[in-house]
Amino acid sequence: MPPPKPRQALLDPIFNNNPIALQVLGICSALAVTVQFETALVMSIAVILVTAFSSASVSLIRTRIPTNIRIIVQMTIIASLVILVDQFLRAYLFEVSRQLSVFVGLIITNCIVMGRAEGFAMKNNVLLSFLDGAGNGLGYAAILLVVAFFRELLGSGSLYGYQLLALAGNEGGWYVRNGLMLLPPSAFFLIGLIIWALRTWKPEQVEES
Amino acid sequence: MQRDSISNTFTVAIGLCVVCSIIVSTAAVVLQPVQEENRVRYRRRNILIAAGMYDPTIPLEESFERIETRLVDLETGEFVDEHERIDPATYDPRRAARDPALSVELPDRVEEFQFDRRERYALVHLVEGPDGWEQIILPVYNRGLWSTLYAFLALDADLVTVRGITFYEQEETPGLGGEVENPDWQAQWEGKKAFDEAGNVALRVLRGEADPDDPHQIDGLAGATITARGVSGMVRFWLGEHGFGPFLQRLAEEHADQLATSPLEFAWQPNPSPRP
Amino acid sequence: MLEHYLSLFLTAVFVENLALAFFLGMCTFLAVSKTVKTALGLGLAVIVIQTITIPANHLLYTYFLQPGAMVWIDPSYADVDLSFLGLISYIGVIAAMVQILEMTLDRYFPPLYATLGIFLPLITVNCAILGGSLFMVERGYSHSESIVFGFGTGFGWALALVGLAGIREKLKYSDVPPGLRGLGITFITVGLMSLAFMSFAGIQL
Repeated sequence: MPPPKPRQALLDPIFNNNPIALQVLGICSALAVTVQFETALVMSIAVILVTAFSSASVSLIRTRIPTNIRIIVQMTIIASLVILVDQFLRAYLFEVSRQLSVFVGLIITNCIVMGRAEGFAMKNNVLLSFLDGAGNGLGYAAILLVVAFFRELLGSGSLYGYQLLALAGNEGGWYVRNGLMLLPPSAFFLIGLIIWALRTWKPEQVEES
Repeated sequence: MQRDSISNTFTVAIGLCVVCSIIVSTAAVVLQPVQEENRVRYRRRNILIAAGMYDPTIPLEESFERIETRLVDLETGEFVDEHERIDPATYDPRRAARDPALSVELPDRVEEFQFDRRERYALVHLVEGPDGWEQIILPVYNRGLWSTLYAFLALDADLVTVRGITFYEQEETPGLGGEVENPDWQAQWEGKKAFDEAGNVALRVLRGEADPDDPHQIDGLAGATITARGVSGMVRFWLGEHGFGPFLQRLAEEHADQLATSPLEFAWQPNPSPRP
Repeated sequence: MLEHYLSLFLTAVFVENLALAFFLGMCTFLAVSKTVKTALGLGLAVIVIQTITIPANHLLYTYFLQPGAMVWIDPSYADVDLSFLGLISYIGVIAAMVQILEMTLDRYFPPLYATLGIFLPLITVNCAILGGSLFMVERGYSHSESIVFGFGTGFGWALALVGLAGIREKLKYSDVPPGLRGLGITFITVGLMSLAFMSFAGIQL
């Protein structure tokens, strides 16, 4: 397989080869942090940064990494980057980091990061790996933000913390919020539906069973 | 050099460890003061919100000057910071609750509180006014559905009226149990009476809507029965005989002359002490 | 005392199922649930690893990482707080344990290695394993509790995995709209399963 063009490396993972919708990677965190748009956004940025820089660093030393310890080498790089992100969030975005709690730490085991390091960065140059990492992060972010958009809008009647739909009840509005959207299973339903929509749009992604 | 040779494996492993540990440790050490400050500020802000004294336009330190933090022995109800053994500035109640030397085991019949042990000492915050303290802010916690709920409960100087509450740490279902963080819901706590005429802890969260005229009822949280049960249990435990009861009792006695309205008589007290 | 451990175990398996209540380990959960047979193999591997790594990480946390943990080496270390190294140490322990288990199985139990071997590398990136360790630290379990908790969470995860695999085997015979086939319908199935598991929530044993 010839190495992809830089533009492809960045954009392909968003629609054509989305890590969540096609490769079933990195779903754990996607469910827990999508109740609010803001936490989903911060989480997305964190994942984009970690995938991009871990792919770049792995690619940088790819010719030196001994094959028998490569997994643990990649893991160490990823873990260090995640700790960095975690420490920065705690220092400068305290409120959000409180809501993200353990899920920032779980980026380490987000299969997207590991998958890109092992599957792409070990074979390609630094720039391409960086773009590929960023692209996969963006693909993850796209799904995360769509899910968070619906969950926050339908579940709380707000977006990014701003109340858009006046809530019924004590506030005297009209919108009765959908409690299911606040529960984690709704994220599964939404991702299922997104996959359906994506595959109706691009029928070549349909799985044969 | 051979990529898979033993020497290269060791070089890469050691080199990587050194580089990563330097980066990680530097970040941790450099950012630690900022993180620590965030934690302190967050805690202080919530104490001020519970007391109804939070004003974003005033620097936090300035508002906090009126608040004094004291350490209380929960068994005897006395302030312990005078005869110095534990420093209130560094005392960590959560760690103490796990430390057998700094915590006590609770009797089995205490059902409302979901933990087996409770720390021996607690940090309370007194809001100073021109004539002695005006409010007292108690740190309270209990288990809800998924997580432990941590809150500050502010009581008026009459030790009966609630001045406010803030839940500052919880991981309940967002939108359901997580609504304990909703300021509108917290606002209705203000002015409620924690104790009834007989001195029993009477404040509780209902399963539906509260009667606005009943001073002991709080609206339930829709779809969050277990969180609400945890909150009710939290109030009942911490204001009762195994929580801050002895401390409140002592305060009530010391300030009996100042408490013009409704001197507090605790129902659970085994031998009521003579009133002046 | 036995009751306490039993209740901890049942809570870890049903009430706080790592896969269906906390959504950990989803990648492998969805990828390796096509047939019951492979699901059983992976489930077994997860139980073994979880039972080993959670107590191991517990020791690591108690004697090295938690604030003041290293007093046993020298009293002057009372102020050392290495908890920020938690993540990297736990993942290191997990990766090392997986590697050791793989080598041991390969050397001494070749038939077992043939069945479990291919799943072992997958486990390093399974967030259920790391998540289990993080929960263990956060809740301050004692050492014996951490063993029970490790076994319980592993067992619960395996149970959910085998359950999903069973459903997916039957799904093959259903007429699913083309766009939903495969991954899409699996997501929706998992959503329904986790809704069912939510009814265990809050049960106190």
